[in-house]
Amino acid sequence: MAQTTEAPVAPPPRADERVGRKSPLARLLARPEAGAIAGAIIIYIFFFIIAPPFRNASSFSSVLYVTSTYGLMATPVALLMIGGEFDLSAGVAVTSSALCASLFSYEFTTNAWVGVLVALVLSLAIGFINGWIVVKTGIPSFLVTLGMFFMLQGINIALTQTITNQVSSPDISTLQGFNSARQVFSASWTVGGVNIRTSVIWWIVFVIIATWILLRTRIGNWIFSVGGNAQAARAVGVPVGKVKIGLFMAVGFMAWFTGMHTLFLFNTIQSGQGIGNEFVYIIAAVVGGCLLTGGYGSAVGAAIGALIFGMVNQGIVYAGWNPDWFQFFVGALLLGAILLNTYIRRRAEASI
Amino acid sequence: MSTPQESPQAGRHRAGQDAPAAAGNGNGNGRGNGGGAPLVKLINAGKRYGAVIALHDINLEVGAHEVTCVLGDNGAGKSTLIKIIAGLHQPSSGVYEVEGTPVHFSSPREALERGIATVYQDLAVVALMPVWRNFFLGNEVRKGFRMDIGAMKKMCKDELLAMGIDLRDVDQPIGTLSGGERQCVAISRAVHFGAKVLILDEPTAALGVKQSGVVLKYIIQARERGLGVIFITHNPHHAYPVGDRFLLLNRGASIGNFEKSQITRDELTGLMAGGAELEQLSHELESEGGSMAAAAHELEAEVSDLGLSQPSASTDPEAR
Repeated sequence: MAQTTEAPVAPPPRADERVGRKSPLARLLARPEAGAIAGAIIIYIFFFIIAPPFRNASSFSSVLYVTSTYGLMATPVALLMIGGEFDLSAGVAVTSSALCASLFSYEFTTNAWVGVLVALVLSLAIGFINGWIVVKTGIPSFLVTLGMFFMLQGINIALTQTITNQVSSPDISTLQGFNSARQVFSASWTVGGVNIRTSVIWWIVFVIIATWILLRTRIGNWIFSVGGNAQAARAVGVPVGKVKIGLFMAVGFMAWFTGMHTLFLFNTIQSGQGIGNEFVYIIAAVVGGCLLTGGYGSAVGAAIGALIFGMVNQGIVYAGWNPDWFQFFVGALLLGAILLNTYIRRRAEASI
Repeated sequence: MSTPQESPQAGRHRAGQDAPAAAGNGNGNGRGNGGGAPLVKLINAGKRYGAVIALHDINLEVGAHEVTCVLGDNGAGKSTLIKIIAGLHQPSSGVYEVEGTPVHFSSPREALERGIATVYQDLAVVALMPVWRNFFLGNEVRKGFRMDIGAMKKMCKDELLAMGIDLRDVDQPIGTLSGGERQCVAISRAVHFGAKVLILDEPTAALGVKQSGVVLKYIIQARERGLGVIFITHNPHHAYPVGDRFLLLNRGASIGNFEKSQITRDELTGLMAGGAELEQLSHELESEGGSMAAAAHELEAEVSDLGLSQPSASTDPEAR
């Protein structure tokens, strides 16, 4: 480690108060993403060896696609977790948004974009309500969003059945504006024999934006502080409530975006879809190094967490296994990641 | 007794006379302070939480170049008092004046804007965040929409250096600093951002002897720079050497408000320790007889000793 070059200044030597140095390795290991990167490499090598089709560029593009569908949501969920809160309604909120867009524009025969905008308002409102209740009452977000989760789940299925007499939304591909919306949310094109979907591009863009916000802007500073020590943040004038509500609304925004992607890819939405995904998002964030208690983590880590999911999800298929193994892997990954992260963090802290 | 190199009361005797030297040093918004109105003044302030009277009829003031110490045991109402001054709570009765004008703060941010900064004992910092991020939290320097990280790191390092804290790396999590250093970071942060009044909540309570001395030194430095300091503590040995005024609280009420010239350290210690209460307790015990009486005699002895030979963690070798 480099010595500081300044000459020792006037104050008396207080070496006993000083903190020692960290080795560069400890610094690297102390980064939130460290465990996730190690895990991703191990899993890539694992499937690379046992599943030959996994080695193709085209299979990797489908891994990336699956990753992006998780990663789009894992990004704001990670920010929210750094801000010290959970959102269990994130999975079904995606479906709610897509159902809202398709049912609204279909039933009122509007341009598809009108439904898209209505869904945006709804998604932001769901995020706002979650955040507002959490901030105003101080009730743990776990409980508030658990309630929201069941309400949305119920309303998704019940309203869809009432309106369409079916369990899925009607096909909206004939509506005006559908094609342009598809171009934005769910286009795909082929480059050199490899299929690339816009959702992958959007995912990467959002991860970069989230990372930039976290590390380079004032808002990012505030997000870390409200998750790390909300009282201290409040005491120095950080608008804690607004930051938290904003984070819940960011989750709402990405739920809308993910919902639109799914809707314009398949033209229709199953009303029971999305249940259980909230855990995938949270696990991706945790695998990526976010602390459950808040104040620590990174968007890149969550992206790598999502990538691990994508690789396992597709790797199982390419390896020719029963897809039911996926659930087992998800659980094992979570446990493994937590153990690894805890171990690494202890090591890093011990070597300070 | 171990004394830090620079004795805390080095500046004491000069207080009040060298006012122009550093006056107005850090305050940007040139509100008139020439009128001599105290920076912060509470007049008969009280606070009720429902049926609970947490504080009543408190008078307190602090001017530039002054340290007002608020002393009291646990539950005396010190925290409530800070919360009122810091803008977290509104007083339910009485008047709160800043520089002569009554104010009603609805958030700490508003108090901060008027130059009233609070440094809390335990919740001063976000432990997992780097030092520089903590330093600028809530006051980030921005270049357009993003933060000017390079400038902030440099300013943070320089400001801490000016306070005598030579950090190797302002990127280290602030939780890795010692308690005294953390307090000093918080204090220098407040000073840097133009605080006119510093409220220090038990800054020495969790610290050892040496580190307490370091913090007391910064209190003196802050006063020398023209700030008003409200120093909350339960340790008279920390309060007396740095304080100009002393407000003693007990069970939500004031049991004394003294200028330094009106009280000696021993009297202060006696009042703080509740000498009168102890005496009463010893009488009660004595009337019980038996082993109780023995305890009573010990208590009596202690009461008569109070303030004279009580061992202390003070860094103040010769205050009188």
